Amino acid sequence: MQSVVKDRPMLSDHQLALKAVALRRRMLRLIHDAGAGHTGGGLSCLDILNVLYHRVLRVTPGTVDSPTRDRYVQSKGHCVEALYAVLSARGYFPEADLATVCRYQSPYVGHPTRKIRGVEMNTGALGHGLPICLGMALASKMDGDAFRVFTLLGDGELAEGSNWEAAMAAAHYNLDNLVAILDHNTLQITGHTRDVMSNEPLDAKWRAFGWEVRIVDGHDYAALTAALTAPHPGKPLFVIANTVKGKGVSFMENVGKWHHGVPSDAELAQALAELDAAEVKVERVALNALSSGAIQASALGSTRSTSKS
Amino acid sequence: MFTPAAKAMAEKLGLKKGRANLEEFADTLQALATADRNLVAVTSDSRGSGKLAPYGKALPQQIVEVGIAEQNLVGITAGLAACGKRAFGVSPSCFLTARSLEQIKNDICYSNVPAVLVGISSGVSYGALGSTHHSLHDLAALRAIHNVTIVVPADNFETREAIRFAASATRPVFVRFGKAAMHHLHSADSKFEAGKALVLREGRDVAFIANGETVVHALLAAGALAEQGISARVLSLHTVKPLDTAAVLAAGRECRAVITVEEHSVHGGVGEAVAATLLQARAGVPFKIVGFPDEDTVTGAQADIFRHYGISMEGLAATARSLL
Repeated sequence: MQSVVKDRPMLSDHQLALKAVALRRRMLRLIHDAGAGHTGGGLSCLDILNVLYHRVLRVTPGTVDSPTRDRYVQSKGHCVEALYAVLSARGYFPEADLATVCRYQSPYVGHPTRKIRGVEMNTGALGHGLPICLGMALASKMDGDAFRVFTLLGDGELAEGSNWEAAMAAAHYNLDNLVAILDHNTLQITGHTRDVMSNEPLDAKWRAFGWEVRIVDGHDYAALTAALTAPHPGKPLFVIANTVKGKGVSFMENVGKWHHGVPSDAELAQALAELDAAEVKVERVALNALSSGAIQASALGSTRSTSKS
Repeated sequence: MFTPAAKAMAEKLGLKKGRANLEEFADTLQALATADRNLVAVTSDSRGSGKLAPYGKALPQQIVEVGIAEQNLVGITAGLAACGKRAFGVSPSCFLTARSLEQIKNDICYSNVPAVLVGISSGVSYGALGSTHHSLHDLAALRAIHNVTIVVPADNFETREAIRFAASATRPVFVRFGKAAMHHLHSADSKFEAGKALVLREGRDVAFIANGETVVHALLAAGALAEQGISARVLSLHTVKPLDTAAVLAAGRECRAVITVEEHSVHGGVGEAVAATLLQARAGVPFKIVGFPDEDTVTGAQADIFRHYGISMEGLAATARSLL
């Protein structure tokens, strides 16, 4: 089942689940080794990136310079470690490069830059991704709807007014090739978003601004895939992906200090042990489904060795 | 605009009146866009102030209106440029370079997309409207940002050439100008090159290094000084970054005094750029920065404000005499 459809690989849910474990390992090691990073938000958005890069975006390392490739701009640039993990796993650059993240003179700095293959724009100051993507979506429309444009926003980031300037303009221009995904983990550096600067009701707000709004579990591959691929004619799409900050590591989940907490050696070991257990569980679920006849072997996909990284 | 004496000097020097740089810009951009359907103008309810209404009528598919939202304007301009469009973001310089400075810094300069930002009605073009509408900070703000060419054209010729240069540049460009009618300062055979100052008049006693709408006043002052036996060089330093250090150093080494003139704060503009160049090359000479002092700027018509701060034939000639 693993294949490439119009410049994107299509992984099965099972393969994505294994990838998700592998990407979490890669990201946590990277943050641990770099001694810096945004652990909690990286873990909350990782499944979204996993689905984007393995199912949705029409771009591969081979087409990354094509004018008609889909664009992804990570507005919440501080979660660059998740992006580095996914891009390296997809083959945009060697995994060994990640050893240089945040080191002296390394191009792999703590926020995305175009020096890194696969990164479309330099981000990191919040509230910039959506206006940029609007310009990209307009360019696509001028060229005959040549490509789709995606951005990932943080929920704390929505306090930046520039998002709302762009929200208004995107609907004004009926940009149905534009998708904004909200990593809705409800925590920001100071605490809960509702306590720092409440932004709910988000669905009503974005609908009132003229957007199509879809609300999904941000860790559910099938739901994310459906939300990100179904057309939304005449309107830009806002996907509220409900996520868990620190997802996949029990002691990091929903704990504010992991916003930019860096795991110690012991914490990394514990996290990796949990991920090993998660991987075993993924395999067991698949085997059970197979043996009960609930699924066919082909549904698992052909590659079973994608989890190690 | 001029005192009777300055008007007489303009006639004596044969300076012919042209039109506003703003109008020259609008026609130049429309001509470029007509020839290149990839060129897109982005406006923030500013097509009227930018004289781009005819452009918008003629090329509706090549203009994006973002409403009064300058941050969005710069982000959108960056996104268009990143996807291969020749994007010109056009907005009053006061808002463009303050409200959306972070977008200029990150989305355009740091991301290194070949976008063009056009700051219209810059300096004290909106002099009577108060400090909200003055842009006396824009050169200082952008000079401190890496990866942007900054051009401040003095007349219609320089404006036309600056826009043509920007339309083919591979890196970010910022151009700013005003809306008053300008005199033609250049002969037909002048050649414009970004980063190269234009010598409008040779001289050895004092050098005026000016740019934008102040240049004509320096030229008039040079004429007035000549009548008193003082020979003044006049440079149009249209490109603020990268700075033409060779022309600046030549002025410092060959003239007995240097005066910079700009429609900008005395902090962070051309004056300080020239001073740093001269001092670091040990080419220090009697020196004066003529610009806007660090105070609550007086208001009124641009010409009144210029006179108030000594940006006039009489004021600049007096400054020159005081240095010699």
